[in-house]
Amino acid sequence: MGSQSQSLNNRIKKSSTKKKSVLLFWKRFSKRKVSVFGLVTILLFILLSTIGPLLTPYDPVDQNLINNFQSPSMGHWLGTDNLGRDLLTRVIYGARISFQISIVSVGLGLLGGLILGGISGYYGKKIDTIIMRFIDIMLAFPGILLAIAIVAVLGNGVLNTMIAVAIFTIPEFARIFRGSVISIKEQEYIEASKAIGFSDFKIIFRHITPNALSPLIVQATQLMGTSILIASGLSFIGLGVQPPNPEWGAMLSGAREYLSTYSMLAIAPGVAITLVVLSFSLVGDGLRDVLDPQLKNK
Amino acid sequence: MGRFIFQRVLQVIPVLIGVAILVFSMLHLIPGDPARLVVGIEATKETIEIARENLGLNKPLYEQFFSFIGNALIGDLGTSVQSGAPVTEELAKRIPITATIALGATLFAAFFGMLGGIIAAIRQNKFTDNAIMVIALLAVSTPSYFLGLLLLIIFSLHLGWFPVFGVDTPMHYVLPIVTLGAQSMGLIARMTRSSMLDVIRQDYIRTARAKGLPERVIIYLHGLKNALIPVVTIIGLRFGGLLAGTVLAEIVFSVPGVGRYLVDAILARDYPVVQGTILLVACIFVLINIIVDVTYKLVDPRIRYE
Repeated sequence: MGSQSQSLNNRIKKSSTKKKSVLLFWKRFSKRKVSVFGLVTILLFILLSTIGPLLTPYDPVDQNLINNFQSPSMGHWLGTDNLGRDLLTRVIYGARISFQISIVSVGLGLLGGLILGGISGYYGKKIDTIIMRFIDIMLAFPGILLAIAIVAVLGNGVLNTMIAVAIFTIPEFARIFRGSVISIKEQEYIEASKAIGFSDFKIIFRHITPNALSPLIVQATQLMGTSILIASGLSFIGLGVQPPNPEWGAMLSGAREYLSTYSMLAIAPGVAITLVVLSFSLVGDGLRDVLDPQLKNK
Repeated sequence: MGRFIFQRVLQVIPVLIGVAILVFSMLHLIPGDPARLVVGIEATKETIEIARENLGLNKPLYEQFFSFIGNALIGDLGTSVQSGAPVTEELAKRIPITATIALGATLFAAFFGMLGGIIAAIRQNKFTDNAIMVIALLAVSTPSYFLGLLLLIIFSLHLGWFPVFGVDTPMHYVLPIVTLGAQSMGLIARMTRSSMLDVIRQDYIRTARAKGLPERVIIYLHGLKNALIPVVTIIGLRFGGLLAGTVLAEIVFSVPGVGRYLVDAILARDYPVVQGTILLVACIFVLINIIVDVTYKLVDPRIRYE
């Protein structure tokens, strides 16, 4: 009985410490008003993309040619496109595709980066050299070129765009995590875990990873914006998500024909991409200041 | 210094070999028969066989790889399936266009980025600083293809100041250069500002002030020289990235450059062109990185590489 109440006490203490640290985190984060603006914008877009279908009576893909090129009105807040589809509906559904791509690809990239960076940093020596040279090879394809090369092999579509963007993000995560592993693995508690006989897998992912999360979270937030930029860039040049899917980059590409007559077709998805990318950047900056203040000075 | 350059070149050899292996593997990683992929689904058996023969696909893989590398080293990147023209020749026609846009964008980004960053740092926390930083942030977050379309709408279609498509006159290059350079300009402005602010807090700046030097001399002669070292590196590295980034600007403004050539080739499944272009751009990027590293060391002898 006594030990049970003690463990309950411990749990309460733990949860109150957690609450305190969350509050402290929020107090520091909310000091940067622009980061809060970014966070609110992202949450709004996520909300829109989740409950969007309930808010709009229109379908994002179904054509209604009689209604094409309508100016903004009460019925169509942003007007309609060349095929009579409601532009706002397409922008809302576009948020869903963009967030799906960025969450899945950054998640996969993070996983790949953790595995490669973890093995490289923990084992060192030859395996480290091999993995890091491999990362160097990936980094030899500048910017969007790596993603283009991957879709050239895989073909277009939502899934292939996700894979291409995921591979694009791996090197960043791998390098950051490798650096953290190298600095953490020499610490005493890791030595202790080794002495107890924990497996390498458990040491890397249960003991090292939680202590290397801060820079990874900051990087993941920044890369969420970048991944949306790359994915919509691929769709814009016709190699990513294909029409009639309401992906923002694909919508921008389709709008090129009507720039002089109906520029709203380009402005609506363009502003959406810019706003989301800007917001991720602001949140990333805020997280960096709170979680990893050392990085700020670098 | 000679030893440093030699070491740096030695380091990139395995990277370049890796790049070549990856680019060579592209055709073989695509599911299905590479020869059929190249000539299309509706091609007859004979056509497929001829394509296999022409592309050397009937030889063992290692032989194909060595001939790919050997040919690439002597400047032969294969022949376009679509046009029948040598890829190297086609690239040679397009490289000057892409290089002009990338170089122009780098210079544009460097000049306006550094200028903005310096002004922001001098006017720290004042209206000018905030305004410059907001513009820089917007420039970093706006996708180049959206910015390009906006510039087209405003300056070409409405105001008629610049031509819409093509590369016939120097005026044709202005909007693609601004489109491509804007993002880097924002980054450089932010970096110059923070680098300047770091330098201004250094002891030698305090010493200069204590000596009674005029503020102008302190900022432009003592501060700027040191603050710009990391900025110059970023500018060099951005040039390599912009070389690949031109693809988006080239699509927006229908510029017949290397990027557009690559995208058209991917859409037409013209794999020799895809492989040749990607290999060339990656190699140029690696080469630029070496040049940047060497320049960085020349500019700042404190830098030590392992």
